[in-house]
Amino acid sequence: MINKTVSGVQEACQGVKDNMTFMLGGFGLSGIPENSIAELVRLNVKNVTCVSNNAGVDDFGLGLLLQKRQIKKMISSYVGENAEFERQMLSGELDVELIPQGTLAQRCQAAQSGIPAFYTPAGYGTEVSEGKESREFHGKMHILEKAFEADFAFVKAWKGDAAGNLVFKGSARNFNPNMCGAAKITVAEVEELLPVGVLDPNHIHIPGIFVQRIFQGESYEKRIEQLTVRKRS
Amino acid sequence: MALTKEQIAKRIAMEVKDGYYVNLGIGIPTLVANFVRDDINVDFQSENGVLGMGPFPFEGEEDPDLINAGKQTITTLPGASFFDSAMSFSMIRGKHVDLTILGAMEVSQNGDIANWKIPGKMVKGMGGAMDLVASAENIIVAMMHTNRAGESKLLKKCSLPLTGVNCVKKIVSNLAVIELVGDSFKLLERAPGVSVDEIIEATEGDLIIDGEIPEMKL
Repeated sequence: MINKTVSGVQEACQGVKDNMTFMLGGFGLSGIPENSIAELVRLNVKNVTCVSNNAGVDDFGLGLLLQKRQIKKMISSYVGENAEFERQMLSGELDVELIPQGTLAQRCQAAQSGIPAFYTPAGYGTEVSEGKESREFHGKMHILEKAFEADFAFVKAWKGDAAGNLVFKGSARNFNPNMCGAAKITVAEVEELLPVGVLDPNHIHIPGIFVQRIFQGESYEKRIEQLTVRKRS
Repeated sequence: MALTKEQIAKRIAMEVKDGYYVNLGIGIPTLVANFVRDDINVDFQSENGVLGMGPFPFEGEEDPDLINAGKQTITTLPGASFFDSAMSFSMIRGKHVDLTILGAMEVSQNGDIANWKIPGKMVKGMGGAMDLVASAENIIVAMMHTNRAGESKLLKKCSLPLTGVNCVKKIVSNLAVIELVGDSFKLLERAPGVSVDEIIEATEGDLIIDGEIPEMKL
């Protein structure tokens, strides 16, 4: 067994520098690497590019990095739950590249899989296709999209083990598995770090080969963005 | 009378067939789930990685690890599954999802749709809409027929940045059910009490009217 365990978030983030490109898992505030984000804020790395489906809210998630103006560019599919984000975007301080959600996921997956580029129909005939190669397959137009190139991927799982194997929970899975192994270094934080042999190999979602560093997060707030409930009748 | 948002959702629910996997967009489309007949089996897909979505949780039972694409807390039904975002869009791009229902700011008579960006206003992004409209075989749009100024949103050509081209198959608006055939809108049904003339007046694009147009049965 190759041991991927690090002592904590500080060791997990060693090597993080200004001007790097980070991938961060999560959909809205669900399944975000809370502890790694807190450490990136503490390290105060600047001018970073973040690939993440969303950009957090004003005081949580990637909103914390935005508050400290650490982000130069966001690559996302849906943003703007966040007043500071809007201010920085409109003033030109923040560069924002909006891309289709499935394309974002597949650009991560392609990087993980060693596929440099792929064709997708998403965005053909829209401004997303501007400047991109297009080609017809089966009578339908597609555009060429490239794999991401990132320095660090920060992902969050429910359970993991010292070998780096990961198990996700519910819809907190989202982009996290696709980002594993899609950057030079993948940092996985988990709610529960188990000894090897506890997780059933049949139930592992991401094999440890895609993960370089794993640690158990100190705590998780798991903030809910839109609380919707029904009354008991 | 023009339909309410609930009535639009109710009419669209009649398009949902037994055995369908359905993706619902945010807004009126989300309401469709409330009106699907309970004697048919339908699975709702949420592009953040849930198939077999159930209703909102009871108070106190909400789980931050279980949300829909609108970031609302949800539940799952027996037979549900979770998966990653790439697999979710494999379901969508791979045409495994049978029906996509989404909102629109504008639709043109050749089936182009615009629903993600108004130049000069804050742009929030397309989310999964571009992937959905580019690949879905069957797309139904839920929309208001006109904007607040009374101008038609069913146009010869969209004026807003496009989400997808030549993809919309059917529209259920507050005034009518319209099918897209060739390069025209075709009127299928009118809202109860709404005249064909009112619909013609509210539609800027070419509108085919073939024979007597029935009222919707809600």
